[in-house]
Amino acid sequence: MNSPFPVLSVITLAPIAGAILILLLPKTAKQEARIIAAAATGFSLLLGLFVYFNYDVAAANAATTPEQMFQFQESIPWVEALGINYHLGVDGISAPMVLLTGLASFAGVLISWGIEERTREFMAFFLLLVTGVYGVFVAMDLFVLFFFYELAIFPMYLLIVTWGWKDLREYASMKLTLYILVGSVIALVGVLAMYFVAGDATGTYSFDITHLMNVAAMPDSPFNANVFGIDGLTFARAWFPFIFLGFGVLAGVFPFHNWSPDGHVAAPTAVSMIHAGVLMKLGAYSALRVAVQLLPQGAQTHLPWIVFLTLINVVYGAFIAMRQRDFKYVIGFSSVSHMGLVSMGWATMNVYGMTGAGLQMFSHGVMTALFFSCVGMVYDRAHTRDIPSLGGFRQVMPWVAFAFIVGGLVSMGMPGLSGFVAEFPIFTGLWDAGPNITLQIGSWTLANYYGVIAVVAVLGIIVTAAYVLRVVQQVFFGEFNRERFAGVGDVTVLDKAALVMLLAAMIILGVWPSIMAPMVESGVAPIIRLFGGGA
Amino acid sequence: MTLPFNLDTSLLTLIIFLPAAGSVLLLLMMTLPMSAEGHKVAARWAALGVSLLELLLAVYLFANYDQAAGGFQFEESAPWFALLGSSWHLGVDGLSVMLILLTGILAPLAILISFEIEDRVNLYMALFLFLETGLMGVFASLDLLIFFVFWEIGLVPMYFLINIWGSQNRVYASVKFFLYTMAGSLGLLLSIQLIGLTAGTMDITQLMTFWPAFQGDGGTFLGIGVETVKNLAFLAFFLAFAIKVPIWPFHTWLPDAHTEAPTAGSMILAGVLLKLGAYGFLRLVIPLFPVQAATFSGVIAFLGMAGIILGALAAYGQNDFKRLVAYSSVNHMGFVVLGVAAAAYVYGAAYTGGGGMSPEELESARQSAVLAMNGAAMQMFAHGLSSAGMFLLVGALYHKIHTRDLRQMGGFWVLAPVYGGILIFTSMGSLGLPGLAGFVSEFLVVRGAFAVPAFSLMTLLSMIGLLFTGAYILKAIQKVLHGKPSQEWVDYNRQHHRLEITWREGIAIAPLLALMLLTGLLPNWILPMINTTVTRLFGG
Repeated sequence: MNSPFPVLSVITLAPIAGAILILLLPKTAKQEARIIAAAATGFSLLLGLFVYFNYDVAAANAATTPEQMFQFQESIPWVEALGINYHLGVDGISAPMVLLTGLASFAGVLISWGIEERTREFMAFFLLLVTGVYGVFVAMDLFVLFFFYELAIFPMYLLIVTWGWKDLREYASMKLTLYILVGSVIALVGVLAMYFVAGDATGTYSFDITHLMNVAAMPDSPFNANVFGIDGLTFARAWFPFIFLGFGVLAGVFPFHNWSPDGHVAAPTAVSMIHAGVLMKLGAYSALRVAVQLLPQGAQTHLPWIVFLTLINVVYGAFIAMRQRDFKYVIGFSSVSHMGLVSMGWATMNVYGMTGAGLQMFSHGVMTALFFSCVGMVYDRAHTRDIPSLGGFRQVMPWVAFAFIVGGLVSMGMPGLSGFVAEFPIFTGLWDAGPNITLQIGSWTLANYYGVIAVVAVLGIIVTAAYVLRVVQQVFFGEFNRERFAGVGDVTVLDKAALVMLLAAMIILGVWPSIMAPMVESGVAPIIRLFGGGA
Repeated sequence: MTLPFNLDTSLLTLIIFLPAAGSVLLLLMMTLPMSAEGHKVAARWAALGVSLLELLLAVYLFANYDQAAGGFQFEESAPWFALLGSSWHLGVDGLSVMLILLTGILAPLAILISFEIEDRVNLYMALFLFLETGLMGVFASLDLLIFFVFWEIGLVPMYFLINIWGSQNRVYASVKFFLYTMAGSLGLLLSIQLIGLTAGTMDITQLMTFWPAFQGDGGTFLGIGVETVKNLAFLAFFLAFAIKVPIWPFHTWLPDAHTEAPTAGSMILAGVLLKLGAYGFLRLVIPLFPVQAATFSGVIAFLGMAGIILGALAAYGQNDFKRLVAYSSVNHMGFVVLGVAAAAYVYGAAYTGGGGMSPEELESARQSAVLAMNGAAMQMFAHGLSSAGMFLLVGALYHKIHTRDLRQMGGFWVLAPVYGGILIFTSMGSLGLPGLAGFVSEFLVVRGAFAVPAFSLMTLLSMIGLLFTGAYILKAIQKVLHGKPSQEWVDYNRQHHRLEITWREGIAIAPLLALMLLTGLLPNWILPMINTTVTRLFGG
């Protein structure tokens, strides 16, 4: 299904084109830099909307081969000798992610309008980051995926270390970069192993996802062959944990989540928005696309224990968020908690949980972008994030208070908003998985435990409600310290525009789940068929 | 006159969303260029207008509900969340119509009493109307997921109404209310997921036949016995609705929430929100879990009795007028619980084929249970009227004298005779004086529950509760109205703020007084509709 017009390339490369344009400007051209950044991200957002609303769900549901699963495809040979093609395409899972990136990046540029220090470089690196993120979501060639994955990581370092919070930025940026790089390198080794094993077996050496999917689906797939001479230890089973958890680092899977809270807090607002809102989804998405989709046998063996890690994410993350004194750390740990739900959804391996996970990636992405923008707006004016010192901010920043409250309701899964639309199917998926998934370690078996996981995970919801209420109460309600915060004023028109855009996405998805659920379901269905079962 | 909405096909959707649209309107009105005073006046009257329009729709619904035919009418269905088997399925039977009517009546009255709010009126009214949407949605929904959506949504505006416009202890009360209720619904959430997944649909009408008959894979489900799963799911459902009703001992959120809420908030909390819980029992718990409900009905009745007696005793012990009325809600809802327990017992017995009773015994028990259920439903309506009225009067007084402490009051009948008369009338309605609505409902509950052999003793014991009901009502009246007013109050009345009821407050409570009297003398304006529904649900 090749696209007549290279829409995905334009979406992906518009930001980097903008970045190059900006770097050609003189240093003093701050406003021009901002405008170009807004134009580039806005343009990609509009095209992302176009792709989203022109995605053919019926055709996706009718797809029988891996080729047919993806739409808007483009392919140009790149390094033919190594089987690398510049191959792009979206399916039902990645199309919402493209839209999410558009929303978060455009909002991020609007929120960053006030940055005065080295505006040009900030906008340029930000756009570079955005290109990297888009590229991962639309990549259909693993080399291309890695290319853009790394492209997304290194601007994060520069952005945090230069424009971040002085007290923490050097430590946080270094930790973040090293953690994610190590994770991705481990995953890369696994991908190379797949490339070689698939190539040795079929004679075709290619990084193309469709090729690797076909290899995985072969009756005598080399991925299901024993390695190291150990019977039962197949290639898929041996490599799956490395690839899944390698990408899982970026998704914040416990215990590899430690880079995330510091990274969130140290980063400047727009970068935190992209970090929590989109970057962490790169990890979850890549874990699905590369590990689960290409090594389904490994998924079936390992996800049943990895689900416990995700449970720790959800519950532990929520409790830690409750303890935080720094406003931004609360949101940071809340991200760790909510991303746990995404990985938990993957671990259910059924249509409900996985559709919910896809919806959660979108819903949480928008919600956390909103949260961080609100935190940033308060911090920029109050110059403190210490919750006990704040208070009564709804009197001076009513829009931010409203936006934060709605975001808070989304995060606790309040029905009528997108968080509920995402969390409900994930939990339903846990119930459905209960009788179907059994954990086997050696001779020890554990069965019917996913229901118990659901019951424990639901604790995360009520703890989330508690800490959200606490933060809302202590930051936005109560007494406003007029002497200390004399100069604090309301947010700008651009800030409001960003908030409205993000709010609209959460509310629309909340009242009208059909606008996204069928699409995600169509993308998830072929993956589930790999597990040898229907919905 | 052609309307933009087709009242025949979309009446319920309109009833649900009209207040929400009003809410958005009120928020948008904040941008209009007006003086601060102008904004307040505009907001108050706009909100009142919307709620009166909503009342018209509710009355239209009531008038056009075919009482003879019974069953679910005005049904609407549209796809919503196909993955989960959930659709936008609405429909009402006599029970829902009664509660929609109650909500429609109470909302404009509560808004009228809220004209005294001076602080951020637009936001207040917007939240209040949004709350009405949540309530209407619960009563009209025939899809389990939609039910849950509106159930939870109602928490948010109530939280803010208490948190921002409440009394001294409002922050504690609002957070407790929110977290308590939400935590209670977590089990409900999990059970709904499980039931919907297993049945492949969230449609309540289909689930009512599917789920009770579900036996798992030859008796096992999720690796444990299907009966165990159903018992756990029943407990989860029970807990969520028990907290809302509230059933003793899950009532502890109520005194704080009712006391600290602004007057209109308390009116709607006591008048309608509590009925959500009882409605949940009747619509969901008993039809979906007939066996478990029947087994548990003794406990439910015991807890209902405990609520009646202990609620009355607690009310008697109060010095805070509003807290006294709050505990009276626990007391009155106990009768609803008794009726529900009787219905559960008999319905479950009938479902399992007799429950150890002979066909004659079962038939007589069934008839008694129908009586008790009629009483419980009527009590929902009657208590809605009387408690809303009591909170209105408490709030009116508080607005004038800025205290709720009974020990400081006294002799107000001299200073405010009309108010005194209305307070006594409403109190008598609350007490269950024959001729007023409360008597009809309490009589039916007692008559019905007493005749069901298993509950006779508990019903008898609940009469002790009624004795204390009289005690605390009379205590309140005596402390507030009787005796000689102190010189302080006389001066206060003359110089500072007249204690007499104002025209606005009088107009707000008048419909409640009229309805209490009408329902007490001529209950058949509403009882047949309830009876048809109840008989069909539990007797047929």
